[in-house]
Amino acid sequence: MTTAVLGQDTRSVGRGRPGVHSTLTRGSSVGLGLAMIWFSLLVLIPLAAIVVTAGQHGWSGYVDTLKNPQTWAAIRLTVTQSLLVTLVNVVMGTLIAWVLVRDRFWGRGILDVLIDIPFAMPTIVAGLVLLGLYGPKSPLGINVANQRTSVTLALAFVTLPFIVRTVQPVLAELDTDVEEAAASLGAKRATILRRLVLPSLVPAIAAGAALSFARAISEYGSLVLLSGMLPYKTEVVSVRVYSFVEGGDQTAAAALATIMLAVALFVIVALDIIQRTVARRG
Amino acid sequence: MVELSTPAKWALRVVVISYVFLLVGWPMITLIQNAFSDGLGNFQAAFSDPDVVHAMIVTIEVSLWAVGINTVFGVGMALLLVRYEFPGKRALSALIDLPMAVSPVVIGLALLLVYNGRTGWFGPTLEAHGIQVIFSSPGMIMATCFVSLPLVVREVVPVLTEIGDDQEQAATSLGANAFQTLRRITLPAIKWAIVYGVVLTMARSLGEFGAVKIVSGNLIGQTQTASQAVEQEYNNFSQGEAYAISFVLVLLAVLCIVVVSLLRPKEPSA
Amino acid sequence: MTQRIRLAALVAAATTIPAVLSGCAASAGSTTDSHKLSVVGFSVLKTANEPVMADFQKTSAGKDVTFSTSYGASGDQSRAVIGGLPADEVHLSLEPDVSKIVDAGLIDSSWNQTPTKGILTDSEVVFLVRKGNPLGIKSWDDLTKPGVKIITPNPASSGSAKWNILAAWAHVSGQGGTDAQAQTFVDKVLHNVVALPGSGSDALSSFVAGNGDVLLAYENDSIAARAAGDDVDYIVPDDTLLIQNPVALTKNASSAAKDFLKFQLSTAGQTDYAKAGFRPVVSGITVDVPGANDPSNPFPAVKTQFTIDKTFGGWDTANTKFFDETHGIITKMIAGLHVGS
Repeated sequence: MTTAVLGQDTRSVGRGRPGVHSTLTRGSSVGLGLAMIWFSLLVLIPLAAIVVTAGQHGWSGYVDTLKNPQTWAAIRLTVTQSLLVTLVNVVMGTLIAWVLVRDRFWGRGILDVLIDIPFAMPTIVAGLVLLGLYGPKSPLGINVANQRTSVTLALAFVTLPFIVRTVQPVLAELDTDVEEAAASLGAKRATILRRLVLPSLVPAIAAGAALSFARAISEYGSLVLLSGMLPYKTEVVSVRVYSFVEGGDQTAAAALATIMLAVALFVIVALDIIQRTVARRG
Repeated sequence: MVELSTPAKWALRVVVISYVFLLVGWPMITLIQNAFSDGLGNFQAAFSDPDVVHAMIVTIEVSLWAVGINTVFGVGMALLLVRYEFPGKRALSALIDLPMAVSPVVIGLALLLVYNGRTGWFGPTLEAHGIQVIFSSPGMIMATCFVSLPLVVREVVPVLTEIGDDQEQAATSLGANAFQTLRRITLPAIKWAIVYGVVLTMARSLGEFGAVKIVSGNLIGQTQTASQAVEQEYNNFSQGEAYAISFVLVLLAVLCIVVVSLLRPKEPSA
Repeated sequence: MTQRIRLAALVAAATTIPAVLSGCAASAGSTTDSHKLSVVGFSVLKTANEPVMADFQKTSAGKDVTFSTSYGASGDQSRAVIGGLPADEVHLSLEPDVSKIVDAGLIDSSWNQTPTKGILTDSEVVFLVRKGNPLGIKSWDDLTKPGVKIITPNPASSGSAKWNILAAWAHVSGQGGTDAQAQTFVDKVLHNVVALPGSGSDALSSFVAGNGDVLLAYENDSIAARAAGDDVDYIVPDDTLLIQNPVALTKNASSAAKDFLKFQLSTAGQTDYAKAGFRPVVSGITVDVPGANDPSNPFPAVKTQFTIDKTFGGWDTANTKFFDETHGIITKMIAGLHVGS
């Protein structure tokens, strides 16, 4: 096998247009090729089928979908709730990861175990349990059923693990020598956190935030029971898509799905740019 | 390592523990209460049914396949994205997160459009050669891979970025070839990121419901998964059994994390 | 060193277990074997079909027959069969879900030229209320009283939810009212709706969890819920819509399928379905039904019985008129309903 070229300037077999830098070796090219074949079969081609179905009748599929006020309300609700929940997760996820890595107390292990549970619980059961605890029969008297808050709650539930688990390994891997050096030079705790720790965590937080937003806009199962799926109030996009499918209108379903894909890509790219900007400044 | 002041530390603990308790802990307690509402009765009723046991086996098998495939893809992709440059890299990186944003109905629809045996793009050709994707294991594994695709990649990339390639460069300059560098330097360094990614993927695969439901056809005793069995029990007024099966699914995911915690070398006290 | 061994063991296990188990999770194949029978039905049928299939297997025609079954939401099942899910018999919630399969060329268009017009089980649209019926809801008019909180599944995402809304419409239009009057009435009902869950089962769960005062439900679900111990009562109003669940055999269905369908329509089969809460489609069935309001008289005749054919001119007309995606009357009413906001 050829020696791995890592970040050095030696150009290997130049690929593509002049000026586009490629440091791929033969081995890694094969790896990339195989990965792309799998990725295409699994993701790209099926999603292309959706986009093709959406465009069956030209742009009218997209226009009609966006013009429908009920659908538009669903898109607005889904995107704003997902952004809100992602923001909550950025804060809480980082705090939780901090406590799990840097703190030590009895029961920390239980906390660690709880984090992944939202992934493993089938969404219908999650919905049922949340409905029982935060619905009309809530032991705490908190009833958010059939209201907007229920959407936030359900989304917060299913997206909890993302930022926690992306930040945890990075935090654990952080070189604490730098922090200690800064402290010995007289830097205050807040400064160390702000200038040293946080910037190192930004890529991980951004990665988790992108996943959290993506998952939130696509959630369906845990929402249906708790939210009541009321048009204009608690009806999310995935419900509209299902309604179109049930009504036999594959074009509208695919058009709406494509619009949400575009929204997701936009946020993912935006987070990537934010992350790079912070990394460059830090 | 920066240490927070004691009041800050305690405030943080309280905030974090209350949040996780209200959001996950208490629902989990409720799940356990409902599952054990009849002592072990619900479990006996659920798991004495061979179809339920079969559904559980199907879920575990599909999840293990998805974990295996996604780990290989995830680690490989992470290495390619962080350690190499190539045209289209940024686009690919953005696309990898995209599967998470697709709602289960759309995933099912997408896979059906391409692979269904009657009118799909590839389906009829594949089935003519004996490969059935939809309403069979391959389709279910694909749907499960789809929903958990970015998890390993996104765990490993930040860690790979953080640790930098100094050690790898040193190894190369000392004469190690790519494979040795990978095995001895890179993989051990990203070990815990991979482990977290695997655990997350396993949990996600165990709990996956919507997309797999459409692709599997829910054939009892054949392609029905545990989460579909949960829905079926609940639709047929057997709530206790539904909770019992859910409890086992969550337990399996929890076991993975517990195993990880036990395997992790004890950190030296601060 | 031990880490490596542990890792190796995990990898070995991860690769061998699937290989061993792949024998178990057999992939679905079409039932070319004349003794295998593939039944695709709507969700609640799972419990109802079990005794029917067991009893069929006790007969000479059903002796060597094995079943492959799949249950789910009626619309989902219809789409699955169109997508290639193997099926000899489909038993769905409403006729349009079967018509779609006919249109896809998998079921012969003469499927409903049978003595029961293709219907296998019946039910009624009823009101599910809290135990003891504290609000005293007896009729459709009671639903429009201020402060009554109604739950009904969303007709856009659940085909079987359409029965409920049509029943409300029929209350006026089937008793001499004009379309305009019916629309005013249904509008009042919709304004009392507090939740539109995706399916009948979700609606029931939402109701049992404490939402709402009354659930627009199906009689067979209500009977099954009470038989399972849920703390609810159901009221069969004086006038309501008959729910008819169609059954059809696919074009290359096995001979065992024809025998099974004959059994399902026989006294023995219909008695089993009656015990599960479904109204029989053949006469002369008498059986005690646990969970019914009066188990010894489980299916009291409805004083004014509407049907989709008599009152609405059939499903094709009704679907276009009420549920068309852009012009359907009900679709527009729900879209114009800014519930609570």
